[in-house]
Amino acid sequence: MKASTFKYLHAQSKDEAYAAFAEYGDEAVILAGGQSLMPMLNMRLAQPAVLVDINPISELSGIVLLNQQLHIGATTRHVDVANADLIAAELPLIGCAIKQVAHRGIRNRGTFGGSLAHADPAAEMPACAVALDATFVLQSRAEERRVKAVDFFLGVMTTDRRPDEILTTIELPAQTSNDAWAFHELSRRHGDFALVGVAATARRRSEGLEELRLVVFGCEERPRISKIAASTSLSQKDALELATAVAEDLDPMSDLEGDAKTKRIQARTLIQRALDDLFVEGANG
Amino acid sequence: MSDSEQTIGASLPRRDALRLAVGRGTFTDDIVLPRMLHMALVRSPYAHALIKSIDITDAKNSDGVVRVLTGADLEDVCSPFIASIEFLPNMISPPQYALALEEVAWQGEGVCAVLAESRALAEDAAELVKVEWEELPAVVDPLTALLAGTPTVHRKLETNIAMIMPIEKGDTKLAFANADVVVEHSFEFGRQAGVALETRSVVADFEPAGRQLTVYQSHQTPYQMQDVYARHLGLAEHQVRVIAKDVGGAFGLKLHAYPDEMAAVAASVLLGRPVKYIVDRQESFTSDIHSREMTATGRLAVSGQGVILGVEVDILSAIGAYSIYPRTSVGDGVQAVQFTGAPYRLPTFKGRVRIVYQNKTPCGAYRAVGQPIGCSIIEQLLDLAAAKLNLDPSEIRRRNHLRSVDMPFKAAGGLEFSNVSLDECLTALLAKMNYDSLRNDQKKAQKRGVYRGIGLATFVEQTAVGAGLYGPAGVRVSAQEGCSLRLNPSGLVNCSTSVTDQGQGTLTGLQQVIAETLGIGFDDVTVEAGDGGATPYGGGSWASRGLAIGGEAARLAAIDLRNKILTVAAAITQELPENLTLVNSNIFDGSKCLMDLSELSEIVHFRQNTLPPGVDFEMNVTRHFVPRDFPYFIANGIQASYLEVDVGTGAIKLLEHWVAEDCGKIVNPLLVDEQLRGGIVQGLGAALYEHCLYDDAGQLLTASLADYAVPLASEMPDIHIVHVETPVSGTGLGAKGAGEAGTLGAPAAVWCAVNDAIRPLGAQVWKQPFTMAHVLQALNSKGSLL
Amino acid sequence: MAEMLPIKLTVNGAVVSKLVDPRQHLTDFLRIDLGLTGSHLGCEHGVCGACSVRVNGQVIRGCLMLASQTDGADVQTIEGIFEAGEAAELIAAFVARNALQCGFCTPGMLLTAAEIVAEGKLLDRQEIRNELSGNICRCTGYQSIIDAVEMVLLEKLKEA
Ligand SMILES: Cc1cc2nc3c(=O)[nH]c(=O)nc-3n(C[C@H](O)[C@H](O)[C@H](O)COP(=O)(O)OP(=O)(O)OC[C@H]3O[C@@H](n4cnc5c(N)ncnc54)[C@H](O)[C@@H]3O)c2cc1C
Ligand code: FES
Ligand code: FES
Repeated sequence: MKASTFKYLHAQSKDEAYAAFAEYGDEAVILAGGQSLMPMLNMRLAQPAVLVDINPISELSGIVLLNQQLHIGATTRHVDVANADLIAAELPLIGCAIKQVAHRGIRNRGTFGGSLAHADPAAEMPACAVALDATFVLQSRAEERRVKAVDFFLGVMTTDRRPDEILTTIELPAQTSNDAWAFHELSRRHGDFALVGVAATARRRSEGLEELRLVVFGCEERPRISKIAASTSLSQKDALELATAVAEDLDPMSDLEGDAKTKRIQARTLIQRALDDLFVEGANG
Repeated sequence: MSDSEQTIGASLPRRDALRLAVGRGTFTDDIVLPRMLHMALVRSPYAHALIKSIDITDAKNSDGVVRVLTGADLEDVCSPFIASIEFLPNMISPPQYALALEEVAWQGEGVCAVLAESRALAEDAAELVKVEWEELPAVVDPLTALLAGTPTVHRKLETNIAMIMPIEKGDTKLAFANADVVVEHSFEFGRQAGVALETRSVVADFEPAGRQLTVYQSHQTPYQMQDVYARHLGLAEHQVRVIAKDVGGAFGLKLHAYPDEMAAVAASVLLGRPVKYIVDRQESFTSDIHSREMTATGRLAVSGQGVILGVEVDILSAIGAYSIYPRTSVGDGVQAVQFTGAPYRLPTFKGRVRIVYQNKTPCGAYRAVGQPIGCSIIEQLLDLAAAKLNLDPSEIRRRNHLRSVDMPFKAAGGLEFSNVSLDECLTALLAKMNYDSLRNDQKKAQKRGVYRGIGLATFVEQTAVGAGLYGPAGVRVSAQEGCSLRLNPSGLVNCSTSVTDQGQGTLTGLQQVIAETLGIGFDDVTVEAGDGGATPYGGGSWASRGLAIGGEAARLAAIDLRNKILTVAAAITQELPENLTLVNSNIFDGSKCLMDLSELSEIVHFRQNTLPPGVDFEMNVTRHFVPRDFPYFIANGIQASYLEVDVGTGAIKLLEHWVAEDCGKIVNPLLVDEQLRGGIVQGLGAALYEHCLYDDAGQLLTASLADYAVPLASEMPDIHIVHVETPVSGTGLGAKGAGEAGTLGAPAAVWCAVNDAIRPLGAQVWKQPFTMAHVLQALNSKGSLL
Repeated sequence: MAEMLPIKLTVNGAVVSKLVDPRQHLTDFLRIDLGLTGSHLGCEHGVCGACSVRVNGQVIRGCLMLASQTDGADVQTIEGIFEAGEAAELIAAFVARNALQCGFCTPGMLLTAAEIVAEGKLLDRQEIRNELSGNICRCTGYQSIIDAVEMVLLEKLKEA
């Protein structure tokens, strides 16, 4: 199938993009890597009047470390995130999870910000952003807003972003050697979206883990921190019990690949494996 | 010139491979003709509905639109088609139209065709066609379709049952009563799609002045389509020429006459302009044939020694809204019953298949037609019996396999065997896979809480089908294959064949047969195929026939041409023809080289005046072959799967796969091996993921490549192959087919392996595909997991 | 119809200037406007990889990029790569190993494989399988493709 007709704008600057938003309102849609939007256009599931291509805006791309925060530009491509030494060193959770995102040709083009703005509940990056307590920088002609990842994702492909805003930068606190992390994902095939996944971070203490930020994704409408897990200070022997409790607390959407019960069983297994990883230094992913 | 000896049996790379690899193939969508229009279809959004009205006003006025056609417009151009079988007069089969007239019977049935300057513009206009629908109740579930009182799939039908076929041999009741062990299992087989990577495509070019229709089509059998177009479009046979250039995978789904393609061709006839119609991927999921949607119950009776006493099987096969033209859709269900237990000695057998219509995409032949179902049923039952008797799965198979001493043999389901090599295959397979040490590995893994399983699947494959199938059925599909050879002035040979090649490499195999039989080099032969107007008449490519039948025709033609060459050579050199041989493009008398083939070729083409009077100088021969002494060849083999089940998630990881296979004489191992591997991976896809899922209203939920998962490189195991080579005696070449064996046995091997892995947990899967959800469902049947 | 947009880009080394419909994706542009039919369309929704082409040195899916986005870009297709003799070993290995059947997936598969080989990392078979997971082949069962890529990769690493 071929996309229906639209007007294409090659935005050279944020201002040009803002101008398009001012003129066309909700009719204008941002085109980043196109790896989620283009399929929807080609299938005519999306029929926007105007596409605003933000790829030419060079300031939106790149990775820098400032005050123990990584600033990742929204149009930084998945491949550049995956290959960046800074990511490997400072954000190993992302470094691990990004390898599960789609396939080579798609990672060469898809963007970090696009993945977050798209907010597919089965996508890896939104879950990691929540687990890592990321802050999203959203800019419009009028203002700049900073929104915590936990507050950004509202539902299936629904976010707190307003139609006139560009997601410009994602700020993520660098992980330290005290930070344990784990990532597990169940998908039908390599590179598929997750049926169920777990992204988790915690601080290591001499007797166990604290500040556990455990995100189960892929089965609920949005990635969220498990409250049950967060309220616990954890020792390894409690892992199975906690995994069961967190899984039971889920409200999974049933889909073609399984009903809620199936997803809970799978989630429990992955949570348990993630918790096991958190306790073992260096045994992640 | 290269060496002509021992070309048959050599692993020669395909002559087409480089051209295709570097993008110089000509697939149908690559063809562009002057004044060509593009077609897009409006398809039914409902599984069952009445068309109250169609308003094409806006569509007609849309940019770039030349014509908008409805069913009524095409009715006069293209007559309706009904797929039936003469010897089954009671089989019910509703007529199909290029575009639906009053009623649609599946979501995706074509209703309106837009012809425009580009595909995008045609799609724009298609969105503007307004159809007023009256939704009718959809029959989706096969069991419901059977019940009296259920609405029918088409208003005009009185029943949804297409046909019921019972098969009986001996007294199973008695056998079951006397058995030491009886096992029973029920099975569900998910509906599958073929998913050739190149979608169905057609460029139709009707030239109205001379009334010549040329159709470029991505198809397996141009001859059949010539016949179909001629008869339904009111043209004479010789006014129609169907050309299949490069075809991007077919697997049976490009074997049929589809209404949408008929519409495109009819539109070209109506408009007198070329029309291109490329089925897009989403359309392909709702409109390509599906297959294999069946449920079954099977029972097996064995003695205390594990010897089969009887088999009972009852299959319900659901074939969608129509019986696909012209071959019908009943083959899947019929072969499923016929192949249940076919590799084994069954003293008694009772089978039944009921075939029903439903408001879903029509079904048709997909690689291995029905055979995987029969294979999965019996292999599962054998494993259950083996477990009860504490017999190794390999042993129960060995005790029941058909053996050479049983030959010739007519099986309960009617299959006729002339030779088998199942025991040889089993021995070779077990050795190749190190069966005993694998069993040890499995035990050790289980001690670590890791559940691994080994599955064996014995299969027989029906290949090289002759006229006995479609002939009596009155289906106009040719079972012969033909081959023309032409000797050129430089001593090089052109072959023109009715065999078509969608990547199998059959044409390379023919090249090998011709080169060796003639006594010239492999590179001295070129092969042309796919042009239904210019090649010898034949079947094309279906039911694994290319080399077995087409190869024999090529061999016969090469013998004839060689004899002609030697006769002329004898006249030129004043020798006796029977003393001459052709080796490496040289004519020898004993060890004495008399002349070079190119010398002779020059004479017969340019200097006939120098030949003695009466000497035949024509260096063109055509031969056809159709099996007449045998109905088909049965190839056979065994597959084995080794896998691991993650009992925490239900995920199956395929570790390794093996096959021992006997396809008779192997012309080119490189080709056969990759046919097997490719086929096996399709079977693994069927086992793990592939499933056309519908909701209760008959809406297809898996209409994209993201939702309908096919195997990727990442999850597939390495596949090890071992050959047993038993040439058949019905032909000089001795080859059987090998195209479907992989797809046939792989799901059964995985099925057995999964259940072998989780048997210690008291669980077994019963639904294909074995998705994670289903594996967990099986493991959690007592509700203990969460 | 939307206004046509002018683009100027390099395709297989030659400069091309054309007017394009904004909605046209890159593969349709290459196939229809430039007659480069070696890149194929197997799905047009980003899953199969048959449409893979190289844009500014990286393999991407031509069906998921607009032609209008390639203004100023350097595009290479299978035709150009073959003519430049660039992936000759890989192509030869595909042919020798019978790593293609219908050949519909192969140009895309070769482009992805060439990128893997060019990166020159030592990969085991499973890693090669994962790297090629974005290119669907319905015919071969993949093993012959993995063999061919592995062969070329090992050869290349031996040379280095
Ligand atoms: C076959 C296939 C498999 C895939 N598998 C996975 C997978 O396993 N995991 C996964 O996470 N993803 C997967 N993806 C999606 C891929 O990661 C996309 O790249 C990503 O989801 C979207 O990023 P993009 O840059 O391509 O965004 P686009 O497609 O350009 O845009 C997506 C949406 O986000 C909006 N948007 C993009 N950027 C911004 C911005 N800076 N500010 C505001 N709005 C913006 C767009 O308007 C659009 O609505 C897959 C894609 C394909 C085709
Ligand atoms: S056609 Fe582009 S990925 Fe399939
Ligand atoms: S060779 Fe046919 S799809 Fe790969």
